[in-house]
Amino acid sequence: MTIATSTSDLGAAAPATGGSGAAPAGRGGGGPLTLSLGLAAVLALGATVGLGLTLPATVEQGEYSRLIAIHPGLAWASYVAVGVTALASALWLWPRSRSLRWDQVAGASAEIGVVFTALTLATGSIWGRPTWGVWWVWDARLTLSALMLALYLGYLALRRVPAPPDVRARRSALTALLAVAVVPLNHFAVTWWRTLHQGRSLAQLDPGNDLDGAFIGAMLLGFLAMTLVYAWLLVHRVRVARLEDEVEEAGLVRAIEERRREAVTA
Amino acid sequence: MWRDAVLVAGKDLRIEARSRVATNQVAPFALLVLVLFAFALDPDRGVLTRAAAGLFWVAVLLCALLAVQRAQTVEAGEGTADALRLSGLDPAGIFLGKAGAVAVQLLVLEVLLGLGLVVLYGVDLAGYPVLAATALAATLGLAAAGTLYGALASGSRVRETLLPLLLLPAVAPVLIAATRASEAALGTGGLDVAPGDWLALLGVFSVVYVAAGTVAFGPLMEEQ
Repeated sequence: MTIATSTSDLGAAAPATGGSGAAPAGRGGGGPLTLSLGLAAVLALGATVGLGLTLPATVEQGEYSRLIAIHPGLAWASYVAVGVTALASALWLWPRSRSLRWDQVAGASAEIGVVFTALTLATGSIWGRPTWGVWWVWDARLTLSALMLALYLGYLALRRVPAPPDVRARRSALTALLAVAVVPLNHFAVTWWRTLHQGRSLAQLDPGNDLDGAFIGAMLLGFLAMTLVYAWLLVHRVRVARLEDEVEEAGLVRAIEERRREAVTA
Repeated sequence: MWRDAVLVAGKDLRIEARSRVATNQVAPFALLVLVLFAFALDPDRGVLTRAAAGLFWVAVLLCALLAVQRAQTVEAGEGTADALRLSGLDPAGIFLGKAGAVAVQLLVLEVLLGLGLVVLYGVDLAGYPVLAATALAATLGLAAAGTLYGALASGSRVRETLLPLLLLPAVAPVLIAATRASEAALGTGGLDVAPGDWLALLGVFSVVYVAAGTVAFGPLMEEQ
């Protein structure tokens, strides 16, 4: 019950700490390092958008070829996010490096990973509709991304189950490592499934052979921009997760004190 | 560890035999699913016969969800979890026992569903050595993964809705591999599909989840 009351305080408490300005750097708000990371991320993202919009429209794909500036970068960042979640979970499970910080990093990274995976699928579909004529094809890579999204949605749902922090951390870390173990199994299943029944539908669309230099440049800049955006979001999300835990603990202490006072007056 | 596993599996199976939840509710549900598939896919067009392998494994997945939830509910009673922890049984043994009991129930259900396929969908059960091997490998993996995710989701008020979200994406390889291997055995796969690779994938899946459950069940039991 106390957990429920304290989480409802979160919305009010977290921004209040951030906006007061009196809080030390890195706790209430970001430090100068975080700020420069954020500036770099925004600049790189702006440059990617700018370069992407100045790309020439191609014959086959028309205006939609511009998506190459963001789509591969988003997919890359989602893989990085999932990898960081696995690493942080392993570090939490390893007794010598066990710290609640790793749990917060794992959760934060998985959240951003889910957003980036969803964006990857969305941009892919937006590109696929005019180019392939359908929103979705049962290609191995698409199916694998969709399964990954479902796996990590489950992971995030498990994290939301109210539990003491170390219990939650243990469950989440085990689930994250299991999810990583499933990815290669899913990969084999999906690849054999699709290649046994039909040829790779993407093979003829493989852009590697006649890709223009400007497109490669936009794509690489997209990789950099998405990685920076991911890192920036991760730093802030971990900070908010720490504040959430603190608020929850403070709410618990306050609730216990109130009950005590009631007992004294009664 | 193995003795403990046999004890726990025996206990769970005895509970199921006496409560008759599996026979009175899960088994009719499984057959009902087969009937629902027939309603959804016009049975006279041969669609059911061609899709029989996939429909069979989807029905097994749905039943596995029920069986795993049931295995968790048995332990959710007042003080049962504490009693199990204080019993001095090896956690790995408890995991293997619970997974084993789920696997036995699923195998019985699969035999029943197989009969249902023959009677309702007109499937010719050719190539039954491959079918049996597929069923064994897939069921072991399903039971192990189900028991492990069931333990991860247990103790929360949302476990009924959380378990499918955790389990179903994780067992996607089982559905794909078991369906393809069964199709190869039944000869409904269209192309020449070698069941050997699919069986190997099912085997690897089972080994991964049995190993993971054996290691992880101890820490998971301590926490609750």
